Amino acid sequence: MQILLNNNQEEIPGDLITVAELLKFKNFTFKMLITKINGVLVQKSSYEIATIRDGDIVNVLHLISGG
Amino acid sequence: MNTFEIAGRLENTIVGIAGCGGLGSNCAVALARVGVGTLIVADFDIISESNLNRQYYFFDQIGFKKVFMLKENIGRINPRVKIITHDVRLLPINIPSVFAGCDVIVEAFDMADQKEMLLESVQTNLPGIPVVVGLGMAGWGMNNNIHYRKIDNIHICGDEISEIRPDLPPLAPRVGIVANMQANTVLELLLSKEQK
Repeated sequence: MQILLNNNQEEIPGDLITVAELLKFKNFTFKMLITKINGVLVQKSSYEIATIRDGDIVNVLHLISGG
Repeated sequence: MNTFEIAGRLENTIVGIAGCGGLGSNCAVALARVGVGTLIVADFDIISESNLNRQYYFFDQIGFKKVFMLKENIGRINPRVKIITHDVRLLPINIPSVFAGCDVIVEAFDMADQKEMLLESVQTNLPGIPVVVGLGMAGWGMNNNIHYRKIDNIHICGDEISEIRPDLPPLAPRVGIVANMQANTVLELLLSKEQK
């Protein structure tokens, strides 16, 4: 399936993927991050359940310390 | 619009500042100067000498609570600004009620896990309120790395790459740039709202 991930077109195997699976697939190993699917925030506690499908717009923001 | 007209436009606006350290104190002062009507400032911390290399406090304020000293400092700059202080550690349980009335929320925490908590809480419970995040401002130089971008109504200011380390501390110049970029973003959001 095709998704838009951080403004880039991405080819993802399968028809459905969880957020947790996507992070693993893309090797996003950062500890602190924010994930939004189609403009809606997905809580970290839901990463294993929340699903991404063909055509979704996904944003993953890596958070770093300082401020 | 001249500066007085702008202050007039901002008179009824409310901005939340989550954290009164390097980002929060400097951002709050910039917004107070231009005339934002109300600032809701939250922090549990007290001022230490090491904070003075970037935070908008003074040597004789060491040992006092940041929220109360920030209120005092802003009172001396622009006494028209209403400051609502929250001497609390912000947590998922109180974030929605502290910031519910805000037009914009400024994320000004230090640690990445706090930034994550604030963003998750605000985007879940107050999804209509834009949030302006400070992300990456350690060290010195590297001017051209500091940028602005947005994801829906999350506005990001910083270089998104320099994490603070013992040999890469946060310092007044870069922290001030990001804090003022956040204030500039807030201003843009408030004035475009006001134009509607």
